Amino acid sequence: MAELILTRNFHRPDSHALRLYQETGGYEGLQRVLALPPVTIIETVKKSNLRGLGGAGFPTGVKWGFIPKGHPGPVYLVINADEGEPGTFKDRYLLERDPHALIEGMIVSAYAIGSHLAFVYIRGEYVQPWRRFARAVEEAYAAGFLGRNILGSGFDLDVVVHRGAGAYICGEETGLISSLEGKKGWPKLKPPFPAIRGAFDAPTIVNNVETICHVPHIVQRGAEWFAALGTATQGGTRMYSVSGHIRQPGVYELPVSVTLRALIYEHAGGLPDGRRLKAVVPGGSSAPILRADEIEVAMDVDGLKNAGTMAGSAGVIVMDETVSIPEALMVVARFYAHESCGQCTPCRESTGWIFKMAQRIVEGKGRKEDLDTILDVARRGAGTTICAFYDGAVGPYISYIEKFRDEFEALIPK
Amino acid sequence: MPKLTIDGKEIEAPAGTNLIEAARRLGIEIPHYCYHPGLSIAGQCRLCMVEIGNNPRPQIACNIQVAEGMVVRTETAKVLATRQSIMEFHLINHPLDCPVCDQAGECWLQIYYMKHGLYEPRMMDEKVHKPKAVPLGPHVILDAERCILCSRCVRFCDEITGTGELGIFQRGDHSEIGLFPGRELSNPYSANVIDICPVGALTDRDFRFAVRVWYLETAKSICPGCSRGCNIEVHYNLRRPHHNQGRRVARLKPRYNREVNRWWICDAGRYGYKFVDDPSRLLLPARRADTQADEVVWEEIIPLVAARLSAYRPEEIGVLASPQMANEDLFLLRRLVDHLGIPNVDFRVPSRASGDEDRILIKADKNPNTRGAELIGLGPRPGGLDARGVLRAARERRIKCLWVLHHDLLLSAWPEEETREALRALDCLIFQGSNANGVSPSAHYVLPSATWVEREGTFANFEGRVQRFWKAVEPVGAALPDWEIIGRIGEALGMGPLPATAEAIFKALAAEVIAFRGLSYRELRDAGKPVASS
Ligand SMILES: Cc1cc2nc3c(=O)[nH]c(=O)nc-3n(C[C@H](O)[C@H](O)[C@H](O)COP(=O)(O)O)c2cc1C
Ligand code: SF4
Ligand code: SF4
Repeated sequence: MAELILTRNFHRPDSHALRLYQETGGYEGLQRVLALPPVTIIETVKKSNLRGLGGAGFPTGVKWGFIPKGHPGPVYLVINADEGEPGTFKDRYLLERDPHALIEGMIVSAYAIGSHLAFVYIRGEYVQPWRRFARAVEEAYAAGFLGRNILGSGFDLDVVVHRGAGAYICGEETGLISSLEGKKGWPKLKPPFPAIRGAFDAPTIVNNVETICHVPHIVQRGAEWFAALGTATQGGTRMYSVSGHIRQPGVYELPVSVTLRALIYEHAGGLPDGRRLKAVVPGGSSAPILRADEIEVAMDVDGLKNAGTMAGSAGVIVMDETVSIPEALMVVARFYAHESCGQCTPCRESTGWIFKMAQRIVEGKGRKEDLDTILDVARRGAGTTICAFYDGAVGPYISYIEKFRDEFEALIPK
Repeated sequence: MPKLTIDGKEIEAPAGTNLIEAARRLGIEIPHYCYHPGLSIAGQCRLCMVEIGNNPRPQIACNIQVAEGMVVRTETAKVLATRQSIMEFHLINHPLDCPVCDQAGECWLQIYYMKHGLYEPRMMDEKVHKPKAVPLGPHVILDAERCILCSRCVRFCDEITGTGELGIFQRGDHSEIGLFPGRELSNPYSANVIDICPVGALTDRDFRFAVRVWYLETAKSICPGCSRGCNIEVHYNLRRPHHNQGRRVARLKPRYNREVNRWWICDAGRYGYKFVDDPSRLLLPARRADTQADEVVWEEIIPLVAARLSAYRPEEIGVLASPQMANEDLFLLRRLVDHLGIPNVDFRVPSRASGDEDRILIKADKNPNTRGAELIGLGPRPGGLDARGVLRAARERRIKCLWVLHHDLLLSAWPEEETREALRALDCLIFQGSNANGVSPSAHYVLPSATWVEREGTFANFEGRVQRFWKAVEPVGAALPDWEIIGRIGEALGMGPLPATAEAIFKALAAEVIAFRGLSYRELRDAGKPVASS
C-alpha cells in the first residue's frame, strides 16, 4: 500500500480539528517555509510536476509563474471548491475531514504568488464542508496562522469563505470569478487570462482544493520526492472518487500511475454480485467513456489523454452490464442542457437540442438520422466556445454513440 | 502601427484595433452579432470566427487585436463551415415568423442566413417557447423567442446609460432577456436598444406595424431636439401613402458621428418629429382682419407684409427670431433687419419648463441652432430691446408691429397674461412658423414655414459644429422654407433678388460672418465642421 498523504488522517473521528492536525505535523514547517524566497517555492512546485487536479491538469507552478512580476496592486488566490463535476466528491472530503490542510496550503501558495487575500468558493450544496471549513478558518485566525504577520514572518493573509449557489458553470474558473464578483456566473473571454486580469481585475490564481493541499508537502519533502510518486509528466498521488456499480465506492488516494483496472478491481473491490463491467467514465462526466476492454490504462493526465479520454476531476463512474448507454447519454445530456450558462450560441443551443434527440431515442421515437445529427452537431460546436464546458459535453455525446452505436440503433424504429 | 494581412491584403491599423474593424477598413465584412463598436466585447455569438496564422482553431475576430505580421483568413473552408454551424444554432429555436415581424427587411438573421445558411433544417423537435410581445417600457417591446441573446441591449443599459434595467435570466436555451424586478426600460435613451438589436426581438412600439421597412426611403438629417445636434436619418414613406395614417415621416434613426452622438440619440429626439405630419400644420398663408381670417397666396401676402414692415418706424418694430431656424434663414433675416434698421431683434425666449440635461447627449437648450443665432448676430442692436423688452414695449404700445418666428410666446417663462396683453395691444402681428401655436391665432399675417425635414440647411450645435440636414419630403400645403419667405419679403423691400438655394445663402454667410469663414456648404459633408474658434 502506497503512502497516504492527503487522506492520511481521514480515518480519525476528529481529523478536522486544529489540535489533531498539529499533532500529526500540521503547520510545523510553516515558519521555515515563510522564510524561503517565494520564487524558490514556485520553482519547487514546477519541478514537482504537480498538475491541477480540478479538471484541466495544467502544471501548477507554470500557472503561478504567469503572475506579472512586481505587480503594483493586489494579487488574489482563489480556491475552487465548487466541485460540480458529476461523479466527483474528493474536495468535499478534504473540506470536511482535513480543512487545515487546505488552509496551510493556501498560506504557502499565497505566499509564493504574493497574495494577501484568498477566496474559497464552496459549492452551495456543501453545507457541512462549509461549516467545517469556516470553523477551521476561525481556529486558524485565533491561533495566528491567518491574519497579520503570520508566525512572525511579516506575511499577512486573509481568507474569505464564499458560498456558491449550485451552478456547475461556477466551477469553471472564470465563471467562478464572475460569480465571486457578484455577477451572473458567466465565464469570461480569454485573453486576458486570470493570472493577468482575474477577480476584480487583479491578477488571480485559481486552483483546485486538492491541488493546493499538496503544496505544503511538496515544499517540505521536496520536488523530487513528489515527482517520483507519479509518472514522468505528473507527480504525486491524487484522490479518485469511485462511484457507480462498485463494491466499495469512495475516495481512493493513489499514485497517479495506478491503472484503471487496478483501481476498480484491486482497490475498490470490483463489481458487486459478480456482474460484468460494461464501461467506465474515468474523469468525471465530461471525460469520454471507456469500454470494459479499455481499462488497462494509467490514470495520470497523459495516460488517459493518450487513451482518448481525460483525467479530468478523477471521478470514476463504473457501469455494469445492466446500464443502458442511450439512457446514460440522455442523463448526461440533460445535465449539460440544464447547466450551460447560455452565453455562447453553439453550447446554448446544441446542449438543449442534443438532449431532446437523446430523449426521443430513449423513448423509442428516434429517427435514423438522429445519431449522425448528434455527432455532427457535437463536432461542429466543439472548440468554438468561450469555456471548456461545451467541449466537456461533447466528450460523452461523441464517445457514447461511437462506442455503443448498436445499442442506440437497437432503440430506433426501423 | 502594426502591419498585418487579411485575406491576402496588407493593412496597417492602429494598435488596439480588433480584427473586425481592421477587416472593415479593407472592405471585408466579418459577420457578427454581439460585437458593437460602442460596447464592450462580449464574444458570445461566436459568429465572427476567422483563422489566424497556423492556429488550427478559428478564433473570434472581435476579441483579437491587430499584431505585426499577423495573417488572418476570413473565408477558409473551416471559417465558412463554422459560420454555417453558428447560423444553424441561432435558428433552431427561432420562431421564423418573418411575415409578422417588424424587423423583416433589416434583420441580420435574414441577411446572414441568405449568405451563410445551411438551407437544410435538421431540427425536428419542439422549439423552446418564451414570452412574446412583452412591453419593456414606453418605447420598446420584446419578443424573447426572436432574441439571439447577443446581450447588446444589456450592455447598452449597463455601459452607456448606466441604468442596468435589463438582464439575461435563466440558463442554457432557456436564457431570456428581461427586466430586473420592479424595473421598466424607461431611461431617456431606451429606444437605442431597438437599433442595436440585430434581430426582431426588440421593436419600436411607435413604429410597430406602421410601414414595412422596404417601403422606406432615407434622408440624412440633424435632430432639432436640442443643441447637441445629433446626426440622424429620417425614414419616410411615400410609396405606400395609405400606411401609417398617411404620416410621411415614419421614424428617426441615429446616424453615426464620432464627434457628436456616436451611435446614439435620445428618446425625446427620436419621437420629437410628430409635429411634421400633424393636423396643426399651417398650410396656407393667411391674413386676418377683425375676426375674419382669409387664406391667400404668397404673391398676395408678401407685398402686404413688406408694406407693413415699411409703414412703421424701425423702433416701432420688434423681430423675434428663433434658434429653431437654420443658419441660412437667420442670415437672411439679419440682413433684412439691418436693411430696415430695426434695433429690437432677439432670438432668446426662455421657455417655462426648464430643460433636462445629462452627461451623455441631452442638452438643456432645446434648440438646435442657438449657437448659429449667436454667431450670425440676432441679438438686440445697440439701443434695441431684447425679447422681454419688446413685449413690455408692445404692452405700452411703443412697439406696434411684431414679427414672431416660430416661438410660442405663451409657453415662455414670462407671465402668460402679460404676453397676451402685449399681443392684443399690437397694431400688427406677423407669425411665421410651421404649426399653429398660442401666437398664430392672434396674428394678422400668418406665414407657413416648411419643417426641417421638408427643406435643407445647416445648424450649428452647442460646440459650434456646423452640420447639414437634407430634404426628405416636400413641404405640406404652400409652406416654404423660412429663408425663402424672408428672402421674398426682402425682395419686396428692395433688398435684391431672392437667393436661389440654401447653398448660395451659405456662401454669402461664410463670406460675411467671421465664424463661418472658410466653410463651404459642400465640404461640410455628412459629419459637419466646426466654426472658426474665436
Ligand atoms: C464547466 C467546468 C466546470 C469546472 N468545475 C470545476 C470544479 O468544480 N472544481 C474545480 O476545481 N475545477 C473545475 N473546473 C476547472 C477550472 O476551470 C480550473 O481549471 C481549475 O479550477 C484550476 O485549478 P487546478 O489547476 O488546480 O486544477 C471546471 C472547468 C469547467 C470547464
Ligand atoms: S461554452 Fe457553454 S458554459 Fe461555457 S461560456 Fe459558453 S455557453 Fe457558457
Ligand atoms: S433582445 Fe436583441 S439586443 Fe438584446 S440580447 Fe436579444 S438579440 Fe441581442
